[in-house]
Amino acid sequence: MLPWLPENVSSYGGDVDALFRLIFWITTIVFVLVQTTLIAFLVLYRHRPGRKVTYTHGNNTLEIAWTIAPSIILVILALMSRTVWNEIRGTMPPVDYEVAVMAKQFNWDFVYPGPDGQFNTADDLKLENDLNVPVDKVIRVRLSSRDVIHSFFVPVFRLKQDTLPGREINVWFKATKPGHYEIPCAELCGFGHSGMKGWLTVRSQADYDHWVQEKWPAKSAQADAAPPSSKTEEG
Amino acid sequence: MSQSVATAPAHELHAHEAGGFISTYVFSQDHKMIGKQFLTMALLMIILGGGMALMVRWELAWPETPVPLMHWVPEPYMYDGVIPPEFYNMLFTMHATIMIFFVVMPVLVGCFGNFLIPLMIGARDMAFPVINMLSFWVAVVASIIMLSGFFVQGGHAAAGWTSYAPLAAKPEFTGVGMGQNLWIISLIVLGVSSLLGSINYITTIINMRAPGMTFFRMPLVIWALFITAILLLLALPVLTAALAMLLFDRTAGTHFFIVEGGGEPILWQHLFWFFGHPEVYILILPAMGIASDLLAVFARKPIFGYRAMAYSMMSIAFLSWIVWGHHMFQSGMNPTLGTAFMTSTMVIAVPSAIKTFNWLGTLWRGDIHFEVPMLHALAFVSMFVIGGLSGIYMAATPVDIFIHDTYFIVAHIHYVVFGGSIFAMFGAIHYWFPKMFGRMMNDTLGKIHFWGTFIFFNGTFFPMHILGIGGHMRRIYNPTQYEFLLPLQHWNVFITISALLLGATQLIYAVNILWSLFAGKKAEQNPWHANTLEWEAPTPPPHGNFEHIPTVYRGPYEYNVPGLKEDWLPQARALGPQEVPAH
Repeated sequence: MLPWLPENVSSYGGDVDALFRLIFWITTIVFVLVQTTLIAFLVLYRHRPGRKVTYTHGNNTLEIAWTIAPSIILVILALMSRTVWNEIRGTMPPVDYEVAVMAKQFNWDFVYPGPDGQFNTADDLKLENDLNVPVDKVIRVRLSSRDVIHSFFVPVFRLKQDTLPGREINVWFKATKPGHYEIPCAELCGFGHSGMKGWLTVRSQADYDHWVQEKWPAKSAQADAAPPSSKTEEG
Repeated sequence: MSQSVATAPAHELHAHEAGGFISTYVFSQDHKMIGKQFLTMALLMIILGGGMALMVRWELAWPETPVPLMHWVPEPYMYDGVIPPEFYNMLFTMHATIMIFFVVMPVLVGCFGNFLIPLMIGARDMAFPVINMLSFWVAVVASIIMLSGFFVQGGHAAAGWTSYAPLAAKPEFTGVGMGQNLWIISLIVLGVSSLLGSINYITTIINMRAPGMTFFRMPLVIWALFITAILLLLALPVLTAALAMLLFDRTAGTHFFIVEGGGEPILWQHLFWFFGHPEVYILILPAMGIASDLLAVFARKPIFGYRAMAYSMMSIAFLSWIVWGHHMFQSGMNPTLGTAFMTSTMVIAVPSAIKTFNWLGTLWRGDIHFEVPMLHALAFVSMFVIGGLSGIYMAATPVDIFIHDTYFIVAHIHYVVFGGSIFAMFGAIHYWFPKMFGRMMNDTLGKIHFWGTFIFFNGTFFPMHILGIGGHMRRIYNPTQYEFLLPLQHWNVFITISALLLGATQLIYAVNILWSLFAGKKAEQNPWHANTLEWEAPTPPPHGNFEHIPTVYRGPYEYNVPGLKEDWLPQARALGPQEVPAH
């Protein structure tokens, strides 16, 4: 089933996929064993006149065995999951760039802090449904919503996070390959939920610098503009 | 084996004389009639719920094209057969609401809970027959309120069956006004019905077991219904409270879930899923009990690990209170809490695994009769394994980041609730039909229906895993709006064709039910040669059930006891000294 996974272009997506693959193989093996046993029993013990039935109420050794065996597998899976989960949702690596997302029915508003790196300053730039980031850099995304809950989903990054009104949630990613990717909304947000999507453009550093030049032509002049606002503090 | 025994002779004197039409068929206090009433209600509702699912499927396969036969639906619901997004959201919201609250719960809990509990524990009726009657009629009121939502301005609820706030908390976010209010009120009223039922079930099982019917001689389906009733009793007040808060937010200006007034949207999710996860087990536990009973009867063998089965259901019920956060890994809940909920979720998979292995153990060296109920019970086991295994993907938090809110989840829930609960429902109806109506269901039609359902069920829901792995979001109106989903669109077409065939197969079932009801073969008292007490009663049982309250001598699964001529040994049969079994 795994060929259907979208391409992965994030630094941590490979770890998610590896765990996905591991669970896929474990569950596939269990699936095959259980279903084969079931079918074998159905064939072997189908009704025949004079069939001898083994009269038994169970076996405690077996009960213990098939309690412990899945427990061990599941504990190992939980531990492995925790490692990857902490990598993605735990302490964030040092951040290179930031962008804020204000979700609303039915668009993603991307707010770039501009060359000064501060939000709520004169050089902020808002682009609707258009996210541009450089490749191989840690990007922090500050997610929030203006109205209902949306969910910021970047399939190629294995990244999904609900956006909430009244709360800022930070996520991060590091893209590993330039390209043009979709950002659908994954949480039902109203009649326009379907089709609520933005585009993510991952650019090479040179291309990204060029894009910055284009968007902020008077780059150096604005660098010492307004002081940072309290609104950018994490909530 | 002999233990002290709880009995309730007080109800011997309860009046059970025949009444008029109204008191027999409408305001009946007979648990069997109330069970049949719940069954009728659910089988009518499943037509609506299933029809809406097929419309959702049509839209996903051939977006924005007219649905055949649906041109009569007026604007603004549909435009000459074309489903607009607002109506689409209503369809999937109401499909889930109706299937969960008005089909699976009324059949498994309302119908079989009512019908089986007194008969299988050897009681003449429920502990509170009037409350029992009320429980059904309150459910009818709830259904009427729910259905009326289709006819109000703005249409019915369209915020998903989960009705997340603030989407559901403010009318302007969905454009739905009265419909969402009616949805809330209906579920509050339905909660009353379930509470009345569950109090009755718990009291009856604790107090009214026949002489000799110890707890550990109860059939597993009774254990399952007992545990389900406890879950209902504890879970529903939470839903009711949350629904009341949501209703106040919508109509009375409160701000429980609305940020502008200091509310917290995630609070709704915590309350909803604190109810919602036990609810999932409310839907599946009775099915597990039914499957256990059917497997033992048709494998002609004692259930393997009876106590392990009962204990694993208890642990599922207990653990179901501490796993709700696994619905919320991507909600903004603290990631550390995510790890805690992942761990409890991994743990709850263990008792389900224990049950699966015990079902296999029951089949091992049995004498398996492939009657129609058995086919459904076997399908239950097989499909529940798939639904259980796919749950592990979601439990693993990093994998859930990707598959959360995708069709993988839709596949999972349908393998559990359709592959599990609905197959058990079909099996149970076929199996207990003779006891309920005095006639057998048709075997040939039953087999055709089973195989059609089994094949098209898998054709419908298995490829949804593939869509989910491809990232296909749930609840989207038109998948062709997304470039990354275009290569998967042929799967949507495949699924829809399977779903239409799955729907068509159910017509066979409708024919079988109606035909068997009036022209089916007359049933003998114990057509399946089963051990449990309901088969001691006349077929169909009169008001009051038993001529004499049976005395129970043993557990419910004594099949093929060595040293006996027959391959079954009913719970109520006293053995003479010369035929004491060899063990």
